[in-house]
Amino acid sequence: MLEIRWHSRAGQGAVTGAKGLADVISTTGKHVQAFAFYGSAKRGAAMTAYNRVDEEIIMNHEKYMEPDYVFVIDPALVYTSDVTINGKEDTKYIITTHMSTDELIASQPKLKGKEVYTVDCIKIAQETIGRPIPNTPMLGAFMKISGMYDIEFFKESMVRILGKLPQKIIDANMIAIQRAYDEVK
Amino acid sequence: MAFDKMELRDIEVWDGNFAAAQALRQCQIDVVAAYPITPSTPIVEGYAKFLADNYVEGEFVMVESEHAAMSGCIGAAAAGGRVATATSSQGFALMVETLYQASGMRLPIVLNVVNRALAAPLNVNGDHSDMYLGRDSGWIQFDSYCPQDAYDLNFIAFRVAEDHDVRLPCMVHQDGFMTSHTAQGVHTMDDDTAYSFVGDFKPMNDMLDFEHPVTHGVQTEEDWHFEHKARQHNDLMTKVMPKIQAAFDDFKTLTGREYNIVERYDMDDADVCVVCMGTSVETAREVALEMRAKGIKAGVVGIRVVRPFPFFEIQEALKDVKAIAALDRSAPGGAPGMLFNEIAGCLFNTDTKALLSGYIYGLGGRDLTKKHLVDLFTELQANVDAGKVLTPLQQFIGVRGPKLQFL
Repeated sequence: MLEIRWHSRAGQGAVTGAKGLADVISTTGKHVQAFAFYGSAKRGAAMTAYNRVDEEIIMNHEKYMEPDYVFVIDPALVYTSDVTINGKEDTKYIITTHMSTDELIASQPKLKGKEVYTVDCIKIAQETIGRPIPNTPMLGAFMKISGMYDIEFFKESMVRILGKLPQKIIDANMIAIQRAYDEVK
Repeated sequence: MAFDKMELRDIEVWDGNFAAAQALRQCQIDVVAAYPITPSTPIVEGYAKFLADNYVEGEFVMVESEHAAMSGCIGAAAAGGRVATATSSQGFALMVETLYQASGMRLPIVLNVVNRALAAPLNVNGDHSDMYLGRDSGWIQFDSYCPQDAYDLNFIAFRVAEDHDVRLPCMVHQDGFMTSHTAQGVHTMDDDTAYSFVGDFKPMNDMLDFEHPVTHGVQTEEDWHFEHKARQHNDLMTKVMPKIQAAFDDFKTLTGREYNIVERYDMDDADVCVVCMGTSVETAREVALEMRAKGIKAGVVGIRVVRPFPFFEIQEALKDVKAIAALDRSAPGGAPGMLFNEIAGCLFNTDTKALLSGYIYGLGGRDLTKKHLVDLFTELQANVDAGKVLTPLQQFIGVRGPKLQFL
C-alpha cells in the first residue's frame, strides 16, 4: 500500500490533484482511493487530501494514515500545520517553497532528519498556467522523486484527465508538470 | 433516441456521488425534483448537467425545500414517471413527512441518501442518523459500502421499486464523504446494458392515464387506514425480499458482481464478528483478516438491506458465532442502538448462546480506525474466553473524555 497525504488550502486543487493522480494510476491496473478532509472549509482554509494505492482492492476507509509521501502545496502550511504528523521513519516530503531545502529545514526544525524535497510549485504555476494552482506541478515533482511512471506517459495521461479544459490551459499544465519534474531538488 | 450516449471506460475513478449520478443518467430518470444539501448535492447536480448536455431525456425541477423536492417526486411518480432525487441530513429530516406519503401511495421513487449527521450541533459529515430516521417510513433501504455499491444499487433499487408486485419507494444509502466524496475505481456498464437491466418504466395506476382515472393519497379513517398499512407491511415482509434476491441474482448474471441481503465475510468458522453498515464494513473486513493472522477467528456481517430488516438472514448469519458486536453509527437517544435491538430480536427464541454487545461509534464523521477495530475484536475474544460479556452492553468507540458505557 502506497499512501500520500496532501497539505493544501481549499481552492488550490489538492482534491482535483489527488483524484487526477488516482485516475492515472487506475489506468495501469492498480487499485486507488482519493479523499479529503473538508470540514466546512472555506476557500483558503488549511485542508488535507489523501491517496491510497495498492495492488489489491482497497477496503480500508479509515481517515487515519501514516503516509509514505507528504505533499505540501502551499508554502506557509509548513509553519501553521504539522505536516509531519503520523509520519514514518522513511516518509518523503515534497514541499512547495521558494527556499532551498536546507533553508526550509533551518526554518522549520520539525523537518530535520526527514527526507525533504523542495520545488516552487506556486511560482511554476503562476509562470505557466497564470494562476497559483500548484496541484499539477506537484504531481510532476512526485513523478521525479518516486519514479512511479515515465514523465511522458504521465503527461499523456494528464492530458486526458484535463480533457475538458481549453487547449492553452492543458498545454500550460504540461509545461508546469515538466518544469516541476526538472526543478525539484 | 433523442439523447446522446456516453462512452465510459470499463473502470472509471468516481466518487460515490458521481457514481450515483451516472446511474441516474443511465436509468433515464424522467423527473428529478431536488434541493441541494451537503454532501448529496453533486448527485442531483450531476443529473442536471447530464440533462443540460443532452445525455438524458427528462426534467429537472428546482424547488424551494426538500419537503417540496419529495412532494414534486411524489406528484411526478403518481403521474407515471421514473423519478429520483437525493438528499442528506437536515434535508432528509424535512422530507420525512412526505416519505410516508410516498410509501403509503406505493410510488416507486428512488432516493439517494448520502448519510450525514443531524444537528444540533451542526455537522456536515457522515453518520447514519438520517438513515435511522427513515427506518419506519415504509421505504426499502439499501446500503452501500463504497462507490461501486452506490452505482450498482441504484439500478437494483429501480428494478425492485418499480416491480408491480412491490411498488414501494427505495432509498440507496452511502456514507457522506467516506463514500460520497471518496474516489475509487468503479466498474461501469455501457449505457445500453445498464438501461436493459432496469428496462422501460411500466406505469401502474398513473394519473396521466385518462382512460382509467384513479385517486392517489386519499383519506381513510379508522374504517380502512389499518388495512392499508397492514397490507403495505405485509408486502414489505413477504414480497420484497424475494424480489431483491432476484434482482441481485440477475445483476450478478449481468455484471459478475454479487450482492446479498446480508453480506457475510469470513463467517464460516468465525468465533467473533462485528455487524455494521457503510464503509465500516470494508474497514472491518480488512481488520478481520489481520485478526485471523493473530489467531482470532474474526468475521464481519454487513447489512445490505436495512429495510425490510433481514430477520431470518441475520439469524442464519449469526447462528454459529460466539460473540457479536453490533455497531451503530447513530446516537440512539436513550436506548440501545438499532442494530443491537434488531439483532437481539432476531436471536431471541433461537438456540444461540452468542454474547451480544453494542457499540456507538463514528458520530459526525468521527474516524473509525483499524486500531479501534483491533481493540474491538480483541474485546470480543475476551468475552468468548470468559464465557460472558465482560463489559457493559453499550460502549462508545473513539469519543474523548471519561469512558462512556451503559447497560
